[in-house]
Amino acid sequence: MEEYFRQLAETAPRWNFIWMYEDRQQGKILSGIWMTLKLSVMCLIFSVVIGVVGAWMQGAPSRIVRAIVQAYIQFFRNTPPMVQLLFFYFALGQFTPFVVGDDGWSVEPIISNVGWAIVSLSMFAGAFNVEIFRAGMEAVPESTVEASESLGFSRLQTYIYVVLPLAFRVCLPALNNNLVNLVKTTTQAFAIAVPELLYHSVTIWNDYPSAQYPTMLLVFVAYVGLVAILVFGMSRWERSIKIPGYGI
Amino acid sequence: MTWTAEKPIVSLKDVRKSFGTLEVLKGVSIDVMKGEVICIIGPSGSGKSTLIRCINGLNDIQGGSIFVQGKEVHATNLDKLELRKKVGMVFQQYNLFPHKTALQNVMMAPLKVLKENKTDVESRARQLIKKVRLEGKEDSYPGELSGGQQQRVAIARSLAMNPEVMLFDEVTAALDPETVKEVLVTIRELAEDGMTCILVTHEMGFAREVADHIYFTDRGVIVEHGPPKTFFDDAQDPRTKEFLGQIL
Ligand SMILES: Nc1ncnc2c1ncn2[C@@H]1O[C@H](COP(=O)(O)OP(=O)(O)OP(=O)(O)O)[C@@H](O)[C@H]1O
Ligand SMILES: [Mg+2]
Repeated sequence: MEEYFRQLAETAPRWNFIWMYEDRQQGKILSGIWMTLKLSVMCLIFSVVIGVVGAWMQGAPSRIVRAIVQAYIQFFRNTPPMVQLLFFYFALGQFTPFVVGDDGWSVEPIISNVGWAIVSLSMFAGAFNVEIFRAGMEAVPESTVEASESLGFSRLQTYIYVVLPLAFRVCLPALNNNLVNLVKTTTQAFAIAVPELLYHSVTIWNDYPSAQYPTMLLVFVAYVGLVAILVFGMSRWERSIKIPGYGI
Repeated sequence: MTWTAEKPIVSLKDVRKSFGTLEVLKGVSIDVMKGEVICIIGPSGSGKSTLIRCINGLNDIQGGSIFVQGKEVHATNLDKLELRKKVGMVFQQYNLFPHKTALQNVMMAPLKVLKENKTDVESRARQLIKKVRLEGKEDSYPGELSGGQQQRVAIARSLAMNPEVMLFDEVTAALDPETVKEVLVTIRELAEDGMTCILVTHEMGFAREVADHIYFTDRGVIVEHGPPKTFFDDAQDPRTKEFLGQIL
């Protein structure tokens, strides 16, 4: 196998699958995929949490709370995610404390570029999730909420046990779309040098221009695979929570 | 004010309620003693639902007062949970939680609101389901039950909180004629067990049979009231006569 790709690189100089036979490059690709995976999973989790909490806060009695959520949504939805990343890392990153690194003498920011990427991308996708969940909540009949209140459930309990489980089912298709977008948007963490798949791929093809096509191909394939896993997982989950005799 | 059994368990004094400029209740007074069954009848839009919703605090009021077991419902320091535990409510549109089975619907409030022990709650819930004659349907979802069956689950769900008073708002209005009877049988059994019931209903035969007292409302006031026999056979007010003439 390795021998085949080595041969191919010699006979077809534009098709140098270097990471198939050189350990160092292969290591970069693998660690890039691992970072992309970590980034995606963390951002998925946090963005859904933001969506759930934000949608709850949007129904708060306090006008100020609602205004804050609205401002958050408008900002993160209407500005480019890459600019957000740069802003978080370069602007806000200055104000966070620095700590001594593992080696005992270097100083590094307490929130690394990976940390900022997670924060920024979660906030970006979370803004959409708030809107998505809110749309789902609107599909829950007011009378069901009243029934729950009449049974003594508090507003929070009604949200957790009644509204959210029903809203989730309604908004799953929209949530799916947004999460797929989020996984793809993690490539933009490249802008603040997060060593994810695209970042490593670019270093490889800068070092070895002959590896450019194969590496681009690999990035495409890797993302198709990642998104496929996500979509597969979501549709399985969707099926497992399907309510017998209920439309959605 | 401490409540004793000689005093009304539910007491409305000159209750006024408006939606914006529309005055829906124009001074309604009703006293209900423990164990009594009262029926509220009247034309559509006369404020029956509004009245009953005020009793468990789903609607606020603009004037007068409502007491349940000596506690003022619209007092600012009201313990909502305390009130909701005492007052069960069943709606026209059943409003079961569609993502929970019949048994789970009945168990949910005692588990989450009263934080009772699961085995106790489950055995009580199974008894209640038996009581409303739905044995074998414990694991069915609302979408798999007929309207009449759902309504009986809704009754069991309210009873699971061991309320002192039950409110029924046209609970048979959305049902097929054949299933109306099974729900009425359930309510009659409850009444015979000594449950205090306040019912809004269009079922005159049923009202006559189970009620201790009938109230007739029109345009936000109580026009006439009395025990079923005098009320139905010897109505005085022309509006009552007209209504009864249309409906009987
Ligand atoms: N949330 C609301 N906002 C504004 N107006 C309302 C609201 N709820 C009820 N109303 C109005 O109050 C009046 C009384 O309504 P209500 O539902 O209490 O009547 P009802 O006697 O229960 O009628 P029905 O027999 O049709 O159920 C109606 O004119 C209705 O339009
Ligand atoms: Mg009504």
